[in-house]
Amino acid sequence: MGFTLFYLSAVVLIPLAALALRSAELSLSDFWRLATTNQAPAAFRLTFGASFIAAVLNAVFGTLLAWVLTRYEFPGRRLLDALVDFPFALPTAVAGLTLANLFAPNGWLGQFLVPLGIKGAYSQLGVVIALTFTGLPFMVRTLQPVIENIETEVEEAAATLGAGRGRVFVSILAPMLFPPMLTGFALSFGRAIGEYGSVVFISGNLTGKTEIAPMLVVKRLEAYDYPGAMALAVILLVVSFVLLALINTLERWTRRFER
Amino acid sequence: MSGPVHRQWGRSTRKSTRGADESPWIRRLLIGIALLFCGVFLLLPLANVFAQAFSDGLAAFGGAIISPDTVAAIRLTLLVAAITVPLNLVFGVAAAWAIARFDFRGKALLITLIDLPFSISPVVAGLIYVLLFGLQGYFGEWLDAHDIQIIFAVPGIVLATLFVTLPFVARELIPLMQAQGSEPEQAALTLGASGWQTFWHVTLPSVKWALLYGVILCNSRAMGEYGAVSVVSGHITGRTDTLPLRIDKLYNDLQGSSQGSAAFAVATLLTLLALLTLLLKTFLEWRQQREHDRAQTVNSDQNQDSSPDA
Repeated sequence: MGFTLFYLSAVVLIPLAALALRSAELSLSDFWRLATTNQAPAAFRLTFGASFIAAVLNAVFGTLLAWVLTRYEFPGRRLLDALVDFPFALPTAVAGLTLANLFAPNGWLGQFLVPLGIKGAYSQLGVVIALTFTGLPFMVRTLQPVIENIETEVEEAAATLGAGRGRVFVSILAPMLFPPMLTGFALSFGRAIGEYGSVVFISGNLTGKTEIAPMLVVKRLEAYDYPGAMALAVILLVVSFVLLALINTLERWTRRFER
Repeated sequence: MSGPVHRQWGRSTRKSTRGADESPWIRRLLIGIALLFCGVFLLLPLANVFAQAFSDGLAAFGGAIISPDTVAAIRLTLLVAAITVPLNLVFGVAAAWAIARFDFRGKALLITLIDLPFSISPVVAGLIYVLLFGLQGYFGEWLDAHDIQIIFAVPGIVLATLFVTLPFVARELIPLMQAQGSEPEQAALTLGASGWQTFWHVTLPSVKWALLYGVILCNSRAMGEYGAVSVVSGHITGRTDTLPLRIDKLYNDLQGSSQGSAAFAVATLLTLLALLTLLLKTFLEWRQQREHDRAQTVNSDQNQDSSPDA
C-alpha cells in the first residue's frame, strides 16, 4: 500500500505537479497568448479536426468489423481477429514509417492514388490515415463484447412479430450499439489527440499545414521555449482529463443493459 | 482509458440464428468490406515493412542491422525494457493487491491515477520530466552541480518509459483480483500460512496468466515507445538512441548517404516484436478462456450431481 502510493507519486504525481506549478507561474494573459499564437491555432485545429474524422471513420469501419468478427463465420476470421490488435502492438514509429511509405508517390498505394490526386503522405489526409490506423483497435475491442452479449432471441422475437431486418436494426440493435460506439469513439479520439509517433513520419510536419499540436510542443521544447510548450501541454492534458471523465461516464451508461 | 479489451474465445457457437441473420448478400457484402478494409489498413502496412526492408537486397538488410549504431540502439532498448518492466511488474502487483484487498477512501481516484499515463500524450509525458530534471527544471541546477545527467541521457529515457508503461500490469490484475475475492487467501492464512507463503502459493498462481499478459503488453510498449522517449533522449547517435529513435534517424537521413531500406530493416525488428506480442497475447487469451470454461464445466457438473438429491 505504502509502496504503491510512493511509486505512483514518484513516477506520476510529482512530475505532473511540476507541470502544474510551472504553468501556474504564467499569468493568464501570457498563457492565452502562448496558446493562441505562432501556429498554435492551426495545430490545434488540425489535431482536433483530424482526430474527429479518424474517430468517425473508426466508428463506421470499427463497428462493421466488430459485427462481422462476432456474428459471422468465414475463413480467416481468427486471423483477422488477432490482426485487429496489430496497430496497438506495433510501435508507432514503425506504423508511421510504413504508412508514409505506402502512400508516398512511389509506394504500393501511392502509385495508384497520387495520380488520382489523392495525396496520402505529407498531407493532412496522411494525418487522418495515421490516426485512423492507431485508433482502430480501441473501437473494435470496445464493441466486440457488447455484440457478443446481445441475445439473438430478442432479434428473433422481433422477426417473428414481423419486423424486417432493417427494422430490427433500427429499433433494437442500434440503440444497444450506440453507447459502446460512443465509448469507442471517445477512446479513439483521445488516443488520436495525443498521438505523436505515427503522425510525425507521415505528415511531413509542414508548419501551419500538417503540424499537429504534440509536434508543436516538441518544436517549442527544442527551441527552449518552455512556457510555450507548457501552455500547449496543459491544454492537451485538460482535454485528456475531460475525455477520461467522459469515457467513465459512458461506460457506466453502457453497462445499464447488464443486470 | 484502457488498451483494447480482452477477446473471448470460442463463443461463436449459437443455438439458433433464424430471424437474426442478414440475407446472404448483405452478409457477403459486409464480410467483403471488412476483409478489404483490413487488407488495405492492416495487412498491407505489415507486408510493406518487410518488402521495403529487403528492397535493397539481403546484404543491405544485414548491414543495416549490424551497423554499430543499430546494435547500440538494440542494446539500449533491451536495457530500458529490462529496468522498466520488472519495476512496473512489482508496482502492478502491489497496486492491484492494495486495491483489491483493502478498502480505503480515494480508491476510485487511485485507479484513475494509475490509468492516467494511458490518456496523456506521450509528448506531454516527456515534457514533464524535462521540467523536473532539465537544466531549467526544478532539480536542474542541483543535478548539474553534482554532475548527474538525467535528461538527454539514459536515466531520462528509463523514467519516461516507466511513466508510459506504468498502467499495463496493474490494469490486467485489478479487475481479476477484485473478481476473485480474498477467500482462498483467508483460508490459507487461517491454516497457518505466512503472508509471503500465501502470496507465493495462493495469490500469484491464481493470477499468473493475467500477470504474464500485462508483462507482455508492458514490454512491447517499453521497447516501442517513441514520443516520450524522443523528448527526453537528446538523440545522441550510439548513446541515447533507442530502436524507434534509430528508425527515425535513418528515415530522415534518406536524402543523405544511407539506403532507403535501412530504416525498414531496423523496423522489422520491432515489427517482429509486435507479431510475437500478438501471438503470445492470442495464446494467453485462449488459455484464460479455456480455464474459465473448464471452471464452468466443473461447476455445472456439480450442479447436475446435486440436483437429483434436491
